[in-house]
Amino acid sequence: MKRFIGFSLALASVILAVPTSAQQVPPRATAFATAPDIPFESVPNFLTMPPNLYLGEGIGVARNSKGHIYIFTRSGDTRLFEFDQNGKFAREIGQGLYGFAMAHGVRVDAQDNIWTVDEGTNMVVKFSPEGRVLMTMGRRPEAIEGVEPTPGVASGGGEPYRFNRPTDVTWDPAGNIFVSDGYFNSRVVKYDKNGRFVKSIGIRGTEPYQFNTPHSITADANGNIYVADRNNRRIQVFDSNLVLRAIYDHVGSPWAVCISPGPHQYLFSSNSNPDNNNSLLSAVAGEIYKMELDGTVIGKFGKPGKQLGEFSTVHAIDCRNPDELIVVEITAWRAQKIRLKPLTPSSTK
Amino acid sequence: MTRALKLAALVLVLAASSAGAQYAIPEIPFDAVDPIKLPDNIYLGEAVGVATNSKGNIFVYTRTGTPFSTLGTRRTFSRGGGARLFEFDPSGKYIREIGQGLYGFLFAHTVRIDRQDNIWVVDEGSSMIIKFDPDGRVVMTMGRKPEAISVPGGAGGGGEEGGGGGGRGRGAGAAGPPQPQGTGVPGDNFNRPTDVAWDAQGNIYVADGYGNSRIAKFDRNGKYIKSWGSRGSAPGQFNVPHTMAIDAQGLVYIGDRQNNRIQVFDGDGNFKTQFVNVGAPSAICITPGPRQFLYASNSNPSTTMDNGEIYKMSLDGKILGKFGTAGKLLKEFGSVHEMDCRSENELYVGEITNWRVQRLTLKPR
Repeated sequence: MKRFIGFSLALASVILAVPTSAQQVPPRATAFATAPDIPFESVPNFLTMPPNLYLGEGIGVARNSKGHIYIFTRSGDTRLFEFDQNGKFAREIGQGLYGFAMAHGVRVDAQDNIWTVDEGTNMVVKFSPEGRVLMTMGRRPEAIEGVEPTPGVASGGGEPYRFNRPTDVTWDPAGNIFVSDGYFNSRVVKYDKNGRFVKSIGIRGTEPYQFNTPHSITADANGNIYVADRNNRRIQVFDSNLVLRAIYDHVGSPWAVCISPGPHQYLFSSNSNPDNNNSLLSAVAGEIYKMELDGTVIGKFGKPGKQLGEFSTVHAIDCRNPDELIVVEITAWRAQKIRLKPLTPSSTK
Repeated sequence: MTRALKLAALVLVLAASSAGAQYAIPEIPFDAVDPIKLPDNIYLGEAVGVATNSKGNIFVYTRTGTPFSTLGTRRTFSRGGGARLFEFDPSGKYIREIGQGLYGFLFAHTVRIDRQDNIWVVDEGSSMIIKFDPDGRVVMTMGRKPEAISVPGGAGGGGEEGGGGGGRGRGAGAAGPPQPQGTGVPGDNFNRPTDVAWDAQGNIYVADGYGNSRIAKFDRNGKYIKSWGSRGSAPGQFNVPHTMAIDAQGLVYIGDRQNNRIQVFDGDGNFKTQFVNVGAPSAICITPGPRQFLYASNSNPSTTMDNGEIYKMSLDGKILGKFGTAGKLLKEFGSVHEMDCRSENELYVGEITNWRVQRLTLKPR
């Protein structure tokens, strides 16, 4: 039953044309009923765009050490925008870049380098803080060869230096690079800091070490790697040698995961409502969980919807400040700044 | 055959087939810098083409951005925009873009500079060779861009005209059934050409290429003379003639990449010799001057970090030294796609996977 649910969810999130009657509505995340509600507010209009510039789907968001905000969006072209710490538009990076076709993630490393993950070009691109390309990983399929054959159902695996619809990137404290790859390869790949292949784990499946869309990836200060195994509705936690340490399966379908910095780190995970606008599926999802690194749920916040303070398929979370998150949403074409407030006795169930 | 004999035979085969394994090849020490300085809003993509002119200016032909195209119900019309050509001064300072939005700029392959500092671009997507004068104006075109380029599996891209075993309908254009892969039609109808070179008389040679497996020769005015070659591995046959250079005597050196060899012909296409000990030559160049040298890059495929070394040879194929290895750092190579060796000890390499041009300073012992 569980496998069937996972499968139908996978279909629901990938294929929009499945009739509603054929879908199983999954249960609420098991933590939902008991997780306290964290009071929060969404800061209105915190991003300032020039009059002639628009966000498309909000796909990636990350802040650097100065608080500058990077948003990676599926617009007419896939574009990467930088905003200052007040949300004022600063500049565009990588306009027309060969590695930009269909945004999937942006992350900022400890040195403020900006990393983009593009599932259209199958490339991970590292920019300097100034916005110049420092390193590229993977390779865009040659236009002249036509579209690369992508298997209908991927078995996973993959080659050391070629991605197939990668989703996200993170680093351990030594600078090793971890790429979640992705929709078709169903694996996590480790490279050294210079981009040399180290190892790869994972094939398509539901067992431990297997993935059904590793959709988001993040690391803690000890180099543990948290993989949002979205369509298996679980987070798999590995050490930096990619040895499995734990599985958290109580917070729904993790679309986006993020770990805050500092001495006490928190893990945020969004059980996003699907991007197919299916109201039945949305009704049992949409909340974001705040957890300890061991998976203990501290609280939850948010619900599906189009208004401020509601979420329309959260695709990425920035939690550099664990009390002031930035989330980007696919279907609402926006970013929200979310201020979390202290838990009060009344909010604890 | 006994097991031991089989093993011995296998070892022999392996030894013979691995590049340069027979004797110790001297390592040439070198330094590398990335000299290119671009305006904030311009980025290199895959740096597939690099060349210098007589003033030392650097030209980079790059795969960048996404080709503009108009989707039709049955055909996709590409309008260019997938490739760009930039000029830099000898220090790497950006000077200008040439040919922005040009009809023939679709999927870059190489750029070469002739003796008069004309700039020649080979575009694998439009199947065209375009000659610019030193001022950057088009003075000659060779080949013709197909009216419509199908995108396999893409919107509006189906309905491959005439079918034909994956034939792209390219080259043949609207002129009827697709040509058998390997020879091409007489003339300058190219199919994913790869490189261009000239002899001392100014005759033009085109390596053509991925689709056709031939070398086509034209006079200095672009009039077709002859072509030679077909798909295969025998002498005079090619499996992706990927790069080409001509020495002062008019001998034509072809990097026959997928056959792991460099073939040498005279200017009439007569096979002279081949060098089989330098791996898969993705890029070759020949230095000018009284004593000429041949460089050949055994570039790593974009999917691995194997190989990547560049060989320095005399024109008779003797290996004088080698340098470099695959990787992403400076002094490492990410699928070198073109080399410029106007100066024997100062090379430029353009890399596919590192989106970068490096200036290499060789320091032979």
